[in-house]
Formats: sequence, C-alpha cells, structure tokens
Amino acid sequence: MPNIYSPQTIAHFRSPHNYGELKHPDGQGEAGNIICGDIMSLYIEVGKDTKGKEIIAAVKFKTYGCAAAIATSSVITDLAKGKSIEEALLLSKKDIIDTLHGLPPIKIHCSLLAIDALGEAIYQFLTSHKRPVPSDLAKRHKHIEKEKQIIEERLKKLKESV
Amino acid sequence: MKRVYLDYAATTPVDPRVLRTMLPYFSRDYGNSMSLHSFGQEAYRALEKSRHIVADFIGAAPEEIIFTSSATESNNLMMKGLASVYGKKKNHIIISKIEHDCVLESARYLKSQGYILTELSVDAEGFVDLQELERSITDTTLVVSVIHGNNEIGTIQDIAAIGALCKKHHVLFHTDASQSFGKVPIDVSSLPVDLLTASSHKIYGPKGVGMLYVRRGVIIDPLLHGGGHEWGKRSSTSNVAGIVGFAKACDLCDNVMKTEHNRLSTLRDMLIDGILKSIKGTHLNGPRGGKRLSNNVNISFSAVEGESLVLALDFNGIAASTGSACSSKNLTPSHVLTAIGLTHGEAHGSLRMSVGRFTTKEEIEYTIRTLKQAVSKLRNMSPLHYA
Repeated sequence: MPNIYSPQTIAHFRSPHNYGELKHPDGQGEAGNIICGDIMSLYIEVGKDTKGKEIIAAVKFKTYGCAAAIATSSVITDLAKGKSIEEALLLSKKDIIDTLHGLPPIKIHCSLLAIDALGEAIYQFLTSHKRPVPSDLAKRHKHIEKEKQIIEERLKKLKESV
Repeated sequence: MKRVYLDYAATTPVDPRVLRTMLPYFSRDYGNSMSLHSFGQEAYRALEKSRHIVADFIGAAPEEIIFTSSATESNNLMMKGLASVYGKKKNHIIISKIEHDCVLESARYLKSQGYILTELSVDAEGFVDLQELERSITDTTLVVSVIHGNNEIGTIQDIAAIGALCKKHHVLFHTDASQSFGKVPIDVSSLPVDLLTASSHKIYGPKGVGMLYVRRGVIIDPLLHGGGHEWGKRSSTSNVAGIVGFAKACDLCDNVMKTEHNRLSTLRDMLIDGILKSIKGTHLNGPRGGKRLSNNVNISFSAVEGESLVLALDFNGIAASTGSACSSKNLTPSHVLTAIGLTHGEAHGSLRMSVGRFTTKEEIEYTIRTLKQAVSKLRNMSPLHYA
C-alpha cells in the first residue's frame, strides 16, 4: 500500500536510523504485537551528557514487521536518544505519530510497539541496576510479558517449519 | 527508474490491439444496444458478435453467456441468483476454503440468511479432497463452487473430476475461472461445469467487464432488475465498448494460448528456482508444474514481513503483492495461506509475483537480484534468525 504512508514514514522505512544491536547494552527490551505478529527489540546505553546528567546515550533497534513498524522503531530511537530516563518514559505513541506526520489508522498499533519496546529496555536497565521501577512501568511490563508468551508460541511454530 | 510489473494476477494492462478495437465504440458507434435506430442496431450487432466470440472461446452457446461488470458481480449473481430460484428446497452451499473473497463473502452472506455452508479444506498444495466433497453433498445441496485457478497460490483444481462428482449427485457446479480463463483451455461442451465466472481485466481487456456462463436449463434470478438486458438476467445499459474489448482479448488469448503458456511457465519456474536457490529460508507455496497457474509465484521468506518486502521492491520499481497480516484490512493473514497450513509467521513473510504477456527474462533476472538485496537488508533489521 505505497500510497497510504506519509513521505516521512516512507523516508524512515527506506533509511531507518539506528538499526542494529548494541554489543553491551545497559538495557534491552522486546515487544511483540499480538495482533499482527510484528516483533521489535530495542537496546539502550545509558551514559552522561557534557553537564554530567544521566541520559540515554545510544539506542539501537531490530524489528520484524511492516513499513510502519520499522519507521516507528526508527523514530523512537531518535526521540529517546539524549533524553533522561524520566523524559524517555514520558514519550507516547502520539509523539511518534506526530513525528511521522500521521499513520494510517490500521497502523496506529505499530507505534505502541515502539513505546513498549523502549519501556521494556528501561525496565530491564532499572531492575538490573537495582533501581526503583515506577509502578506504571511495572504494570506495563507485566502486560507485555503476557503478550510475549503468545507470540513466542507462534515463533516456535515458525522456527519448526523453516 | 526501471519499472517491472509482476502483479498480472491483480490486473493486466489493456493490450494495444484491444484498445484499438474498443475506441470507435466510445465516440462513433456509441448507440444504446436496445435502441431501434441504426445507432442502436450497430451497438446491438457489436454486442452480439462479441457474445459469439466469448461463447466460442469456451465452447458455449451465445445465449449461455451473461455479461456483467466484474467477476465479483458474476460470483454474486451466481450464488444469490441460484439461491433465489432454488433456495426453498435446497439450502446447502459447498465452497472451498480458498475461494476469492467475493465467493466466500457471498456464501457467508447467505449463511447469515439461514443457509447452511460447508467450507471444504484443502491439502498443503491447495487441492480439494474429492472424498471430502462427496461426503459433504446432501439431498439439499444447491451448488458446489470451487475456484479453478487460485489467485494467491496458483493451484489449478481438477474441475473435470469435481464436476463429474457433482453431476453424479445431481448438484450444480460453479467454478470461478477468473485466473485460469485465457491461460488454460476451458471447454464447457465437454467439462461438467454448470456455471463459470470470467473477467476481462485479467486477460488484457478493460476493467469493468466480466461474464457468467450459465448452462442451458439452469435458472438464476437477476440481482439487477430493470430494462431486461441480458435476457432479463442483468439489466443495465450494455457496456458495448468494454464487451467488444473483452471479446478481442479472448481472441488474442485464443491465438497464442499454447505458446504463451509455455513461455510464462518458463519465466515462472525461472523466478521460483532463482529465488529458492539464491535466498535461504524460503519456500514455495502451492504446487509445482502443470497443476500451477503458468503465471503465479508465491514464496514465503522467513524472518521478513511481506508488506515491508513489497514496499522495498516498489522502491526498485518492482510491483508484487503479499498475504501478510500487516497488509490486510483486519490484520489477519490471508485465508488461503492459512488454509494450506501456513503458520502466522510464514504467511507474514509471503510474497506473490505474477508474470504476464509483457514480462521478459531480463525482468526476472533483475527481480531475483533486487529481491536478494531487499531480503538481506530487511533480515539485517530483523531480530529473528532464519534457517
């Protein structure tokens, strides 16, 4: 459906920003879309900016999904980079959709995937560093874990069949 | 940029020879075929000449051909038209699980109106099981409708055997031949088919024209009531230019069917083998050889999503399509791919390419090269590993 995506979405899909993996990430998150089957992995590196403030210094992603899933992945890496953990947690799917100048209605759910993956990466960073986890984030994590189980079962079938 | 059209199963360009034949009927011979004056008579003659050509093409009599606006309309007319005539006594409909949406949705609509619907399963290559079909037929079965050549995976059903079974049990048999018509010989004078659907824009004719063959003795009620066109089975001012184009398109297919079948099959197999050999983690959906439509290729790529692949190809000028959930209106994978047993993930990475009259060997080579790069790029981005 080449004509339904905004030029911004197409541009991000054609040349995604920050795709790949981080070798030694401080946090790694995975989210899957229970409806369509898309999967996204997000890696963050936490460091300090020039003023010594703690920020997300590097972000990378890997995504299995449609153009919207890849474009929203690309955008979330741009948006999260340079932000503090607190700021990054405030990012919403609206921020992603606005950056892309809109998404087709049926693709809105893809932007949630990116938010979930970022949340998961931050969750993993916080827990592995024995830091307090905001209750909202803990709740989101629980929900995502549940969805992931369903997707993993599907994946297992996929791997068996190849 | 180079542009390569590999979506002939979706629609075809109008052949320039077809277009030339049609043109006078827009501006010079524009009469209404129902009018008494010479303008009308000219249109009427063109319409009936076209009907003869289309009828001859499939071994039918002219009065067995009803022109419609599309294969979708033909399939709706078949299903609802039969139900309207015979439905009180016969309320059971049998279709396959891999019908085109217009058959599937017409049948499900009738189900919502109280009809009983059986959807036959298919094997891994998409073939209907004749024994299951025979077991499904009851005293109240109205019609069996099985798609001749499948639009997604190219499976060509043995309609002679299905038709014979239906005949044995005195059940009407319809086949949607939208994809096979013009590609393989169809002769209803020897095939036990009672109703058959075909479409003009799949065979290098114009869009907006289809036909329903209805064997003499089978009665259907119209969907469109009005001025009594097409023997009262389909009122609407006749689309003379379109129908003339459809007939010309049939003529052209008739002349080259055998050579074109061989040429397309070669290109198809080149594309299939080229992909399976040069890209890992791929498999073909649907059968190989003569039981596959000569123009259809459908391959699943592991760890890649189909819509992404279609777009990545489009950036390189190549037009293809996918059965991925991401490209559907309701985010579910293609019902055809699910019916042949594909997992959600396999259907997610499916790509359909269909070759046609203007496809060249060079285009196939370019497609294989481009596809290899596109798949590799998307797999680099994918968190999944592939075999």
